[in-house]
Amino acid sequence: MGVAGKLGNLGVVTTTLEAAINWGRTKSMWPMLFGLACCAIEMMSTQASVYDLSRFGMELMRASPRQSDLMIVAGRVTRKMAPVLRQLYDQMPDPKYVISMGDCASCGGIFNNYAIVQGVDEVVPVDVYVAGCPPRPEQLIHGIMTLHEKVKTQRIADWA
Amino acid sequence: MQTPLDPVDLAKLSLKDAVLDVVEFRGETTIVVDPQRIVEVCQFFRDTEGLEYIFLSDITAVDYFPKEPRFALCYHLYSMLYTRRLRIKVYLPSDDPRLPSVTSVWPSADWEEREAYDMMGIHFEGHPSLRRILMPADWEGHPQRKDYPLGYEQVQFSFNFDDIDRLKPYAKD
Repeated sequence: MGVAGKLGNLGVVTTTLEAAINWGRTKSMWPMLFGLACCAIEMMSTQASVYDLSRFGMELMRASPRQSDLMIVAGRVTRKMAPVLRQLYDQMPDPKYVISMGDCASCGGIFNNYAIVQGVDEVVPVDVYVAGCPPRPEQLIHGIMTLHEKVKTQRIADWA
Repeated sequence: MQTPLDPVDLAKLSLKDAVLDVVEFRGETTIVVDPQRIVEVCQFFRDTEGLEYIFLSDITAVDYFPKEPRFALCYHLYSMLYTRRLRIKVYLPSDDPRLPSVTSVWPSADWEEREAYDMMGIHFEGHPSLRRILMPADWEGHPQRKDYPLGYEQVQFSFNFDDIDRLKPYAKD
């Protein structure tokens, strides 16, 4: 990081504004409580002690969309729930990210029928898709780390 | 507490022409009833001493397409006092299936009849608010009917990936 090598002993680090902001966003992303079905169990177990999500800065899951910036859609979304999902997504402040967890949220899964939305990207724009039925905690963590990689590539020029 | 009485005998005695048929299968009794007199029949089973089926377990609907009469409604009754069950069945025609609602007898029939309306299209006269309960309010069609299509969308393999991708509704932010 720049002249960090020479100034490191003085406790000074130099970096770009972009990298610093993206680093801050990555390390303190708060997910929103949006477990719908069986994938929610895996999300809970990822949050719990063995596969800890707190070490990624996701100490707890916020119930309110206004205080969260990551929505992990875990589970099947029915046609009746779709407007609710959209309303909660709209209530989240920018910058917001969506992880579609599991097969049912990504593509409708095994439910190809009238009741289930065939992929939650019909309703909200998705950043990362995590496959699995349900995905193991390691797979969800890999999805979260992929999202971190994506956030790190974001540029200031795109915000304005 | 009175001794339990036989529902079939009492029904044939009091509700003479409302009872169309009685079926007994492996310990389960089913009484087939005229649909327009369903409220009177249900009140009889709920209020008579010795029967007292005060709990409506469920109302289920059956579609016998293409046989006539097409629809059947099963009222599953349970007597908590005598711990025994009874099924009351009504047959409905395929064009305009209507019958009176039993919400005045058991209030829990409210949502169960809404589900039968939503999934099968059976109209209940006298229902406090008959609207869809499982599907969105503006949905067209009754999903659990036999002539409703089974799947929803065409499966996307690699050879038709782009064709289907063009037609899929993606959310634009």
